[in-house]
Amino acid sequence: MTTTFVTPKAAAAKQVVKDASMMKQKEMMAGHYDRLTSAPQTGEKIAATFVPGNLNELIMCFGLLNNLPEVNAIQNGLRRTSGAFVLEAEKIGHSEDVCTYVKSDIGMMAKGNIAPNGKKFPDPDVLLLSYTGCFTFMKWFELLREQYKCETIMLHTPYMGDGKITKNMTEYMVKQIKDEVIPKLERVSGVKFDIDRLREYLKKSVKAENDLVRVLQSAKNKPSPIDAYFGAIYYIGPIFGAFRGTDDAIEYYKFLLAEVEDRLAHGLGPVTPDGEMGKEKYRLVVEGPPNYTSFRQFWKMFYDEGAVVVASSYSKVGGVYDLGFRHDPDKPLETLAEYCLGVYTNRSLPMRIDMLANYINEYDADGLLINSIKSCNSFSAGQLLMMREVEKRTGKPAAFIESDLVDPRYFSAANIKNRLESYFQMIEQKRAGARSAA
Amino acid sequence: MKTFVGIDLGSTTTKAVLLDENCDVIGRGITNSRSNYATAARVASEEARIDGRFTLFRRALNAGGGKSGELDEFLDALNRSFRLVQFLEQIDDLEETCRGQVKGERFAKVESRVKDAIGEVFKLLREEAPSLYAPGAKRKSDFFRDIAGSRYHAHAEEVARAARLPYELLLNVYDKSIIDVENRPPSGGLSEKFRRALARVLAADSAVKTGSSDVPKTIESTLDIDLEETYLVGTGYGRVTLPFSKEHIRSEILCHGLGAHMMYPKTRTVLDIGGQDTKGIQVDAKGIVENFQMNDRCAAGCGRYLGYIADEMNMGLHELGPMAMKSDRPARINSTCTVFAGAELRDRLSLGEKREDILAGLHRAIILRAISIISRSGGVTDEFTFTGGVAKNEAAVRELRKLIKENYGDVTININPDSIYTGALGAAEFARRAHLGQAEGSEA
Repeated sequence: MTTTFVTPKAAAAKQVVKDASMMKQKEMMAGHYDRLTSAPQTGEKIAATFVPGNLNELIMCFGLLNNLPEVNAIQNGLRRTSGAFVLEAEKIGHSEDVCTYVKSDIGMMAKGNIAPNGKKFPDPDVLLLSYTGCFTFMKWFELLREQYKCETIMLHTPYMGDGKITKNMTEYMVKQIKDEVIPKLERVSGVKFDIDRLREYLKKSVKAENDLVRVLQSAKNKPSPIDAYFGAIYYIGPIFGAFRGTDDAIEYYKFLLAEVEDRLAHGLGPVTPDGEMGKEKYRLVVEGPPNYTSFRQFWKMFYDEGAVVVASSYSKVGGVYDLGFRHDPDKPLETLAEYCLGVYTNRSLPMRIDMLANYINEYDADGLLINSIKSCNSFSAGQLLMMREVEKRTGKPAAFIESDLVDPRYFSAANIKNRLESYFQMIEQKRAGARSAA
Repeated sequence: MKTFVGIDLGSTTTKAVLLDENCDVIGRGITNSRSNYATAARVASEEARIDGRFTLFRRALNAGGGKSGELDEFLDALNRSFRLVQFLEQIDDLEETCRGQVKGERFAKVESRVKDAIGEVFKLLREEAPSLYAPGAKRKSDFFRDIAGSRYHAHAEEVARAARLPYELLLNVYDKSIIDVENRPPSGGLSEKFRRALARVLAADSAVKTGSSDVPKTIESTLDIDLEETYLVGTGYGRVTLPFSKEHIRSEILCHGLGAHMMYPKTRTVLDIGGQDTKGIQVDAKGIVENFQMNDRCAAGCGRYLGYIADEMNMGLHELGPMAMKSDRPARINSTCTVFAGAELRDRLSLGEKREDILAGLHRAIILRAISIISRSGGVTDEFTFTGGVAKNEAAVRELRKLIKENYGDVTININPDSIYTGALGAAEFARRAHLGQAEGSEA
């Protein structure tokens, strides 16, 4: 793969480079799904786990394959199959208000558990839950345990209610990793734990993390060369999923960074599904997950109006690297604990407020937009309060829209578009007001 | 003269407001949205221009020293006469269209009898038309479809019976024609219609007095003033379906905020309950929107909810409020789901609850939901302005006053009789500013 990578000089070379990261990611994803679905033949064993608190390096130490139910739900949302799965889960008895990731997953299992490559997902051999800030995760895995009757490991991550990680918290987690997680993973996999193998993976993680941060922070430029919400959904894929700690991830982020730096050098804005974005008119910070069932339509409502997202909290749910955290090979178990503790969903409301307000200032954004998720109380509770506080601190206008993760019934395009346009015009009006006052 | 037009394309009605260069409202117009926003926009703005003419007549006659009582009387007569002329013109169109529908297999054996019957129905319609526009006559609606429809149905039934024709045949002809007629652009120049209307008024009372001025001459010279459509801004749900370019479109949230500010400059919080959405808006001292919240995904507790209730109870929308006002023990109703409204209502009635108590409870439920939306938008800050169709409902207003006082203490609550035009007013002001901005070479 590295041989195809060319440093861009002329505009003509750009096309080649632009495709490199996308091609690479596509290849990685397809390869991963193929590995998963051929596990029954190859004998590889499967660990299911979640994005926030995903211990991919540790899982790889035991030769286990990582399968992430949330990512499967997202894939089903993007492919527009989640709606039918949600209905299937409701038929089984799950209520309308239950997390739609859960229902999409349950419905998918009920309908044959087919992976995006058209083949059946294998049953997991172990469920590894590093519980981080979402209580529904625990119930979700209870349902999966009921279904698969396999080994379940629960790594309890204390909530960062006081805004800091204490020594006690880390020790408490390391103890669990040593006494519970590792022995169980050894038992399931039949592989003895090797801490040096873990160190090697962690070293690789750091390289990818460094490049990802440079990509995300490129949005501080004007115009921003990336969209740090819609575009970032793709950028975080490898590192939040099954690739952190691999050479593939290092290579992917190297490609991506080169492409972004090239865009920057040429003064270009983000690439959208419709090609180059027009003039950057509004710079936003977005809180909350996106809607996946109408993802492109949702994004279009932004880029059609010249709105670019310069920072988002959702691109931090699998690790808040831009605030400084890196996996540390010198303290391999502590670093895994600190990683789980620090993910966005495990942060207190005041920490989230600080983060969003700082983003607005550091990225010189016009304001905060919250996409509140109908079926995710874990994300939504407190958002209105956060919004008021961020408004107060930054003096920038904020707006609130509502949709859902993967339930298409909760995406009302006209209503969302109406609110977004109102918000953009509100920003415009405020600017005009500021101009006339000046 | 320069005029600035704001058009609010709502889900139920389309409103237009005409502003002059001094930011004074010179005309307002309203029509049903009829699922055809292009026509609705044209009709509403023409209505606003007609209303604008009356404002100009009043200004001109006032300048001539007319006494306000006499002037009111004359302008009222002219208005009724104008409406009659307009109505008769549309009746002619409707008759011709209806006749055109009488063809094909269905009418094979009865074609001439049906045509005769239609002729008879329209003769009756024309005969009674002046009484519809007589002084003090009450009309349930001012929209042509509503007036012509209800009277056509009444006459057609009798005429069909007498002619031994199936009533459905005549209804079918009407149903097929009304949409075409409604969607046809109004024909002929307005000035000509004003002249005909004036002639009718003078014929009835040649001694029209409005001070010293020569009425026909004043009217004629006022008609010469060109109402130039200098800049137009559209807002409301239908805005995107119109061939307006982006510079001519504003969000209705901004328009309502600005419109409320223009009506009551001290407004800081606006509540708008329209047909399909409820909006809580916070504005600053200049009418600039600071924050807003609106209902999402479902129209529970919006104007349409009352519409369903009225249908379920077989009552007119405007009769709901007065009936609810009779209640002193409002029923406790939690659900504002529009779809369940009928079921809830029947259930309550079957339990023996009184209609007025149920209605009072329903009004309270709507306002409770609106209060929740306002509080999420940032609460209520003095002064508070209530707009939208539901602001005309006295029972809703009573509950609102009560709940605002309970939750936010003494707050000035503004309700303008023209509150239905709030969005269009804001849009017209945006149009005026956009024109000024153009003139000054900067963005509005």
